[in-house]
Amino acid sequence: MPVDPLAPDVAPVAPTASSRRLASVPAQPGVAKPDPILVVDGVTRTFGGLKAVDVAHLEVARGLITSVIGPNGAGKTTLFNLLTGFDTADSGTWTLDGVALHGKHPHSVARAGMVRTFQLTKALSKMTVIDNLLLGAANQKGEGMISALLPFLWRDQEREVVERADKLLDRFRLGHMRNEYAGTLSGGQRKLLEMARALMVEPRVILLDEPMAGVNPALVQSLLGHVTALRDEGMTVIFIEHDMDVVMGISDWVVCLAQGAVIAEGLPQAVGSDPKVIDAYLGSHAADDFGGTP
Amino acid sequence: MIDVLLKVFADSARAAIGVQAAAYALAAIGLNVHFGFTGLINFGHIAFLAVGAYTTAIVVDLGFSLWLAIPAGLLGAVILGMLLGIPTLRLRADYLAITTIAVGEIIRVMVRSSAMEGLTGGVFGLQGFADEFFDVNPFSRGNYGVWDITFNERSMWVMTVGWALVVLTALLVHALMRAPFGRVLKAIREDEDAARALGKNVFAFKIRSLCLGGAIGALAGILLAFEAQAVVPDRYLPQTTFFIWTAMILGGTGSIKGPIAGAIIFWFVVASTEGLLRAGITHGWIPDWLLSSQEVAAVRFMLVGAILMALMVWRPQGLFGKREEVLIGAR
Ligand SMILES: Nc1ncnc2c1ncn2[C@@H]1O[C@H](COP(=O)(O)OP(=O)(O)OP(=O)(O)O)[C@@H](O)[C@H]1O
Ligand SMILES: [Mg+2]
Repeated sequence: MPVDPLAPDVAPVAPTASSRRLASVPAQPGVAKPDPILVVDGVTRTFGGLKAVDVAHLEVARGLITSVIGPNGAGKTTLFNLLTGFDTADSGTWTLDGVALHGKHPHSVARAGMVRTFQLTKALSKMTVIDNLLLGAANQKGEGMISALLPFLWRDQEREVVERADKLLDRFRLGHMRNEYAGTLSGGQRKLLEMARALMVEPRVILLDEPMAGVNPALVQSLLGHVTALRDEGMTVIFIEHDMDVVMGISDWVVCLAQGAVIAEGLPQAVGSDPKVIDAYLGSHAADDFGGTP
Repeated sequence: MIDVLLKVFADSARAAIGVQAAAYALAAIGLNVHFGFTGLINFGHIAFLAVGAYTTAIVVDLGFSLWLAIPAGLLGAVILGMLLGIPTLRLRADYLAITTIAVGEIIRVMVRSSAMEGLTGGVFGLQGFADEFFDVNPFSRGNYGVWDITFNERSMWVMTVGWALVVLTALLVHALMRAPFGRVLKAIREDEDAARALGKNVFAFKIRSLCLGGAIGALAGILLAFEAQAVVPDRYLPQTTFFIWTAMILGGTGSIKGPIAGAIIFWFVVASTEGLLRAGITHGWIPDWLLSSQEVAAVRFMLVGAILMALMVWRPQGLFGKREEVLIGAR
């Protein structure tokens, strides 16, 4: 996609068929949605005396982009960690398409179709960029210790995987770095690499933890186009983002966390003007971000 | 003086291509699977050598064929890998490191104990279990080699088999590491959470790596036991683990040829420093007050250490490692 450097930060939201689906859903924390793919119930996590996550009920609509916002330390990353099995919840259950995922190991969660990226990127430094992506592909026959020795079993699959990886690399503007070590990438490029790698798994739900942080604005624009395209292909995207322009521009639904709890959720405009949300952000120049005064 | 030096050189060359070097190369290939490719810190590699050798010897002692005993030895190492891995590999990396240090010694102390004497022969070990191996020795009686670098028919046979095994396992590891299997191992080495997030069962892969590298280590142990026609507990001292580490790092971790080259160089350096020191003392080039012949063994390893340090300063990635990778690590 060509990028016009003079284009406004974020393209105006095109009201899609998908986002209209939620138009009639009331903006209340824990509200039920038509056809949720992820349903979270009573999830809590405390660190010492601190309640980092305390989500009573949350539904995520299938095939839409849901943004998770909230001030620093609100518990967004911790919630991602819990949902994907990287941290253990004190209590609570959650299901993906009706399948219970609580208590599952991270790799089982990924195999069930829910893949996450990390706020602090985890580039596999001493592997090449292309190898980083190839790793992502699911169900690789050559990953067995015996079948690895029988290349005729996996050569065709490998060729397909390489093809898919190369397409993603081009889409993410990493094609020219294909054979470089991932450790030589810049911070922004690592974000891109990690997102592309997660997509190699072909998940049904992708959880992106601040994927745009540190990525240059022109590329943010193109990435957002890419995220929208993923949604239009049927993927459910949940992403944590601090940039309100990005959130307002791309989300079908916004969930706001503060001190671990969902304090507001709704359509982007509704959440953006919710006094509770603005309150939660106060002290971190939130009023400027929302373009209004509380 | 020249002929003294030539003699030292010949002895060193003998050591560099001898059974010890082949066995260390094998052991280092196994350790490289653990550390170089998967990032597992195993400070008790000697335990795999011991278990391989002892299991083989015991199975023969119980009246079975040697050709059955060797697979049993490898199986023993696989079982040890699982026993070591299952409790520790879900935890942080340092737990495996600590456990392996202990297990290396536990195995030695166990086989040496009088309680196990009926099975392991206690401090005296077991002898003469490799007859079947030497029965098929194609080398007839005599000395083989060129110039002063010669070996008898028994050593020739163990060496031939040893280096053939080195080449075969190196090819095996090479094939595994270029396959998607190896890609997952390297990803685990780099960041196991990233591998988990992509749906890889990190624990299962680590166990496989531990068992595979352990079995290769066991092969090294069996080879050494054949050469000696004996397993004796005090040949499995913890320092051997660190010599194997040295050989691997010298050659370059995460490379295929590295551990082989490392083992060869390690033995060459060990033998030549010892040879030079001893020649120096007998010919009076090194004065008595500086060094006596009883002190050679200790001083030799100080010299070896110094030489290896110099090598690492000169080539931090080892001989066959990739310099770029080391530089990335330093970022
Ligand atoms: N491993 C941990 N041990 C102790 N406290 C933790 C741990 N992880 C998170 N916390 C605490 O939990 C709270 C939520 O942290 P979390 O990382 O989820 O915030 P966040 O919403 O992602 O913030 P940011 O926007 O800055 O990334 C913070 O107060 C943090 O200090
Ligand atoms: Mg966070």
